[in-house]
Amino acid sequence: MEAILSVRNLNFYYGDNRALKDINMDIYKNNVTAFIGPSGCGKSTFLRTLNRMNDFIENVKVEGSIIYEGKDIYSKEMEPVELRRRIGMVFQKPNPFPKTIYENIVYGLRKNGVNKKEILDEVVEKTLKAVALYDEVKDKIYKSALELSGGQQQRLCIARAIAMQPDVVLMDEPTSALDPISTMKIEELVLELKKDYTIIIVTHSMQQAARISDYTAFFLNGEVIEYDETSKIFSNPRDKRTEDYITGRFG
Amino acid sequence: MRRIEFEGKERMNRLEKIVKVILTILGLISIFTTIGIIFSLFEETLMFFKEVSIVEFLTGTKWTPLLEPTHFGVLPLVAGTMLIVVIAAFISIPIGLGSAIYLSEYAPKKVRKILKPVLEVLAGVPSIVYGYFALTAITPFIRNIFPETSVYNALSAGIAVGIMTIPLVSSMSEDAMMAVPDSLRNGAYALGATKLEVTKDVVIPTAMSSIVASFILAISRAIGETMIVAMAAGSTPKLTFNPLESIQTMTGYIVQISMGDVPYGSLAYKTLFAVGTLLFLMTFTLNVISRYFVRKYRRAY
Ligand SMILES: Nc1ncnc2c1ncn2[C@@H]1O[C@H](COP(=O)(O)OP(=O)(O)O)[C@@H](O)[C@H]1O
Ligand SMILES: [Mg+2]
Repeated sequence: MEAILSVRNLNFYYGDNRALKDINMDIYKNNVTAFIGPSGCGKSTFLRTLNRMNDFIENVKVEGSIIYEGKDIYSKEMEPVELRRRIGMVFQKPNPFPKTIYENIVYGLRKNGVNKKEILDEVVEKTLKAVALYDEVKDKIYKSALELSGGQQQRLCIARAIAMQPDVVLMDEPTSALDPISTMKIEELVLELKKDYTIIIVTHSMQQAARISDYTAFFLNGEVIEYDETSKIFSNPRDKRTEDYITGRFG
Repeated sequence: MRRIEFEGKERMNRLEKIVKVILTILGLISIFTTIGIIFSLFEETLMFFKEVSIVEFLTGTKWTPLLEPTHFGVLPLVAGTMLIVVIAAFISIPIGLGSAIYLSEYAPKKVRKILKPVLEVLAGVPSIVYGYFALTAITPFIRNIFPETSVYNALSAGIAVGIMTIPLVSSMSEDAMMAVPDSLRNGAYALGATKLEVTKDVVIPTAMSSIVASFILAISRAIGETMIVAMAAGSTPKLTFNPLESIQTMTGYIVQISMGDVPYGSLAYKTLFAVGTLLFLMTFTLNVISRYFVRKYRRAY
């Protein structure tokens, strides 16, 4: 199995607070990897280290390395802006720009000098179809994205991310603000997208992790307690704490 | 378990009623004084227009209410005011917006904590200080570069008014940009946007209506600014767009006449109210427009 990201001895500090402790993990290509664990255990922090979104938080420190395409993403050779074009992100709360649906999707492309109308039109149609939003919004493409429902907005945000044709899509609890039907649609979408992308998803729902992921990492207090194939984690956990968590005994 | 005795609500109700009555009275006082001021302004203005035609007032190009032959064309005063406003806007808008962007998007938290109060203190400096600064610092500086500049000139006063209104623009624009949720910024960063792009494409457009409103308020403030122009811009009503000349603004004229000994009830006395009404209508319109922009912004997200 080919690793697309290799995390080695990663430590992360908010000031003096060590939020991630010696993390080692290989993320496998074209798989869905889920991060589970009680809130505050560092899942979001870890996710953000993967595309350097923590750079915008003041007074933080990263140790260790994350190898992507043979380079450490925290080395000088890696331009964070370039990295984020290749490793996209979808957030917990849908955050479409107060622009049209069309402009939301093509924003990243425009910022990379893609301005040809035929190309942009094609990308908009393709990505909207990919996130199963096309039929719902095809008459509203030039209307404000803020008019969409929460679930539609989140699918638009996924469309916006994949419009960049990234290698990896990071998702931080993408369904936690959504109703069950929208959640189901996003889960189906994730399974569809893994053909073309590597997906890492933080979720507080163990059922969701079990349903959609191939690999699962269980986090506790900034440490990765167990990381394995999802089926093994859920059927035969090696660590007592993992077992306690997935059986609902704490968390 | 012990029964808990609750205090009767009657006493509270009485207090609520009294507070409500007091607040209503205070509200009414402020409304009625405002209406009263506007009413007296309009009344004297009507008296003025019984003697001078509105057309002459609004289209005449000579303003010599105290000199024979008298002319009551307000345009020279309006032009003077506009000159000041344009010069001030060239200073306050770019610098104010620039510092707002810096404070909201670029400055580390520590720097912002220091700079923001400093800017706000700047807004509290009395305008007479700026007037003095214009006369003793800006004017000599200008005259060093352009020796033919008058001692009293529009440029110097305009620059001082501009400096004075910087905090207005920066503070209101910064508040609006800070109110843009970080989630929007992160959304753009995650698509590989640079800081400049995030500011330009996401933060400024989202905060745009408040930013525009801050510009309008600064302009409205510049129109109404009195002390600086009275001190540094001169008192020669002149239909000119040369910033190096001495001019007079509407407010400057009002100060000049109010300080002089114009007989009560005379035509010259009434010009005060006509000019005052025009001034009031201009700033009032601008404030209404600015409120419109702020409200539009609230709906945006
Ligand atoms: N921006 C921040 N500044 C300081 N501490 C933070 C910040 N974000 C998260 N933390 C801390 O880091 C730890 C991990 O948080 P987080 O990664 O958000 O956990 P999770 O996503 O698993 O709920 C928590 O103790 C949290 O308080
Ligand atoms: Mg989280």
